[in-house]
Amino acid sequence: MSKAFLTIEHVDKSFTRGAMTNEVLTDISLSVNQGEFISIIGHSGCGKSTLLNIVAGLTQATKGVVFLEGKVVDEPGPERAVVFQNHSLLPWLTCYENVSLAVDKVFGRTKSKAERHDWVMHKLKLVNMEHAKDRRPSEISGGMKQRIGIARALAMQPKVLLLDEPFGALDALTRTHLQDQVMQIQAELNNTVLMITHDVDEAVLLSDRIVMMTNGPSARIGEILDVDLPRPRKRLELVSDRTYIAARAAVLKFLYERHKFVEAA
Amino acid sequence: MTPTAAATSNVTQLKPQAAAPTATVVPLPAPAAKKPFFSPRAKTRMMEWGATVIPPLLTTAVLLILWEVLCSSPTSSLPAPSKVVSDTWELIANPFYDNGGNDKGLGWQLYASLKRVALGYALAAIVGIGLGALVGASTWAMRGLDPVFQVLRTIPPLAWLPLSLAAFRDGEPSAIFVIFITAIWPVIINTAVGIRNIPQDYKNVAQVLRLNPIEYFHKIMLPAAAPYIFTGLRIGIGLSWLAIVAAEMLIGGVGIGFFIWDAWNSSRISDIILALIYVGAVGFVLDRIVALIAVAVTRGTANA
Repeated sequence: MSKAFLTIEHVDKSFTRGAMTNEVLTDISLSVNQGEFISIIGHSGCGKSTLLNIVAGLTQATKGVVFLEGKVVDEPGPERAVVFQNHSLLPWLTCYENVSLAVDKVFGRTKSKAERHDWVMHKLKLVNMEHAKDRRPSEISGGMKQRIGIARALAMQPKVLLLDEPFGALDALTRTHLQDQVMQIQAELNNTVLMITHDVDEAVLLSDRIVMMTNGPSARIGEILDVDLPRPRKRLELVSDRTYIAARAAVLKFLYERHKFVEAA
Repeated sequence: MTPTAAATSNVTQLKPQAAAPTATVVPLPAPAAKKPFFSPRAKTRMMEWGATVIPPLLTTAVLLILWEVLCSSPTSSLPAPSKVVSDTWELIANPFYDNGGNDKGLGWQLYASLKRVALGYALAAIVGIGLGALVGASTWAMRGLDPVFQVLRTIPPLAWLPLSLAAFRDGEPSAIFVIFITAIWPVIINTAVGIRNIPQDYKNVAQVLRLNPIEYFHKIMLPAAAPYIFTGLRIGIGLSWLAIVAAEMLIGGVGIGFFIWDAWNSSRISDIILALIYVGAVGFVLDRIVALIAVAVTRGTANA
């Protein structure tokens, strides 16, 4: 049986505090092919971030397994690099040092010092941030921080790139700019990407498939939508594209008609 | 045809075109060709400098005048500042004389005290950061040690002195121990708080990178907790300097504390006042030094 690149098999997650058990995820199964861009969309509190953390290995599933290339995922590691929502750069290091911390750790044995330097500079260039390499995170804008976060993740040369609402905290203009950049990088490197988002346009624009989650507690995968749009995709041309409009409508319908967000009682 | 002509050719002209208005340029009176003595930038810099320096100078002057007025009567029990200066001029002018025994200049007295503080404080910093890291990182260590720390830290520094004299049978190590035991608590507690407050994000980064415990300690834990650690170190240096004066009064020998006590025993009140001023100045300088190191080490994330 040929296994997919990344498989999530029957994952359940519940948090127990004292006698209270809180079911967050129920029976999540998903297989992702190499080079695929998957978005996970759902209302807030539906456990999408928990799912991502399980794939990252930062959280353990209560039941079920995650396989990456046939190997069980049970701890975090650089082959599943995460871009955190709040960038998580280390404020005492410069942008360059933030990336090189990852590079030195991952490639400390396999690459020479000069090679590692070139590698860091290449990743900074990829996100157009080589001009700010000696600045500290506090001295650059939110969008720039997130770009350094992406550079750091890419620098680990991950098998799967995990994006946890990477553009959620950014203003709309910066967000579009970064989305375009991510598409470009994706076209260049053909990464396997799992992205959490709550932005419908972002999901349709970037992904090959959109995983829509039902509301928590006990959230499950409600529907998976194939976005059959050719790449490279151009934001402006898509606005009037029929496939795009249909996909967008399907996601909106799922989120706002069938699984309307109800404030937890 | 020029463009304007083209535009106007098929329009009935209402008025004969007026001649282009001419203007005579009247030059404004040239500014007085006097160059300012200071460039404007130097002037603002000087004004800023003055704004920070003048208020403390003023308050000091007012306090000195008040003191002079209050203590100038012949029946006054404390000397006025003018009398302090004239009484202690020998000490001010020769800070580094050495007549053997305890009869040394104030420079030497302060040096002896600073040496004790340096040793006790350095030990407290090293042990304190280590213990603080342990308590901050391990819940079990915290449960076991925190109650002990909370009780021990309320013991006044001097209360340790008899016990340490009994243990060490010598004044010198006892004084150093008192400094150590005084300075260590704020270092431990602040380090532990700093480490407990390391954001989950940094821990996640460390986990994704698979940093080993040693790498985690010096690449994430120390820098993330550094602002807290330096807060503890700053409180610690202040407390050490407070404690050394008291401890030296009791152990005797060379040192600014015993100098004050000795002056009191021989009724040299002016010497006491001069020594107190020196103690205050040194304490201030010590605090600034630790604060500046903090800024340099934490690259500006700690407050000066």
